[in-house]
Amino acid sequence: MSQIHVSTTINGDATEFLCEPDETLLDALRDRLGLTGSKEGCGTGDCGACSVTVNGRLVCSCLMLAAEAEDAEVTTIEGMAEGEALHPLQRKFIEHAALQCGICTPGILVAAKALLEQNPAPTETEARYWLAGNLCRCTGYDKIIRAVMDAAAEMRGEMRRAS
Amino acid sequence: MRYEAPSTLENAVALLAGESGSAHVLAGGTDLLVGMKSGFTEPDLIVDIKRIDGMHTVTQEDGGWRIGAAVPGIQLGEHDGVKADWPGVVEALELIGSTQIQGRATMAGNLCNASPAADSVPAMVAADATVRIAGPNGSRDIPVIEVATGPGQTSLAKGEIVESIFLPARPVRSGDAYLRFIPRTEMDIAVVGCGVSLTLDEGGTCTAACVALGAVAATVLLVEDAARVLIGTAVDDAALDALAAACSAAAKPIDDKRGTVAFRKKVSGVLARRAAKIALERAKG
Repeated sequence: MSQIHVSTTINGDATEFLCEPDETLLDALRDRLGLTGSKEGCGTGDCGACSVTVNGRLVCSCLMLAAEAEDAEVTTIEGMAEGEALHPLQRKFIEHAALQCGICTPGILVAAKALLEQNPAPTETEARYWLAGNLCRCTGYDKIIRAVMDAAAEMRGEMRRAS
Repeated sequence: MRYEAPSTLENAVALLAGESGSAHVLAGGTDLLVGMKSGFTEPDLIVDIKRIDGMHTVTQEDGGWRIGAAVPGIQLGEHDGVKADWPGVVEALELIGSTQIQGRATMAGNLCNASPAADSVPAMVAADATVRIAGPNGSRDIPVIEVATGPGQTSLAKGEIVESIFLPARPVRSGDAYLRFIPRTEMDIAVVGCGVSLTLDEGGTCTAACVALGAVAATVLLVEDAARVLIGTAVDDAALDALAAACSAAAKPIDDKRGTVAFRKKVSGVLARRAAKIALERAKG
């Protein structure tokens, strides 16, 4: 079985790697590129712990072959903070203690960021439905939703100040 | 396993036709990769169709919409034109899985996975949608109902591939709707699904109807008796009673952990009635 050469962009950086034909994007991110922020919870698209965006679309990286990332723009949790400066969602997750074991957190942050990019002012119901594919077995979700709603409010405020 | 991502439909067909082992088409992959992970599916060849022109596009044709086989749910959900003409079809597709799944899952994949509980299929059947299939002997168009022949089984021959799905021009004064029953609000597989499409004349009398049930037989059922009892009526309570009775009678479900035969037959009628009322409101505009 010969390996496939993939040229892609991850978190803005041009990246190349070799992968097996049946290797998932999640496995390539974690095991070949050292980007271990994306987690494997179920491996079957049910839990969302492996969430990344590909060409702007939120997807489960466990349900995508690494070879499909050719010429794509991939963003992962590693691309969320700017250097030492945490994204507002990351800060609010800490402030609201919206995590316990933390396994689901990278996927939820990536999914929540995708939500706020297309809907800066979601209702709580919209946020809950958007995040329905991200399972958390620790928090009961309430703190997560509070953190997302608070981050959204702060980000809207920042945008107003900037303009 | 080999992975190929051809740039033309001809090459995709040739690859699939030429593979002696197990060959699979990859569009969104939300069923294929789950099958591979579980060991249920062990492909020798995967043909990724997403590099083929036209697979990602939604285009107007003869007043209707041609939807490429690789168009994911989220893209159709953002398409104001398709949503305006066939809201029931778009809503059915959007019921499938999470936001993440919507980013990849396609209507063509939902059809070819051939699950009896596939949400988009009853809606497509009710909409009288057709499927364009490319193969070694050229292209052919068939009704959606003729694709699945049993759970996980399709009528597609070796080397054949769904190229696009066509939703016809929406007749004036018509509407469609799809409803499913699941024991919670999100992220589940239909216990029963029902798609209804109907057309009214200027006086509000139903002139055409199409009713399809999912998850109550080995394949999606086109319930002609249910359509017949709506036609010629104002889709009033008596007609809706007859519709519900026809759907309950037509359902041939199995008992399983998600529902009993008796429950599924009852719910077939309940959902048909509710979906018909939504379709009626939409037809009235």
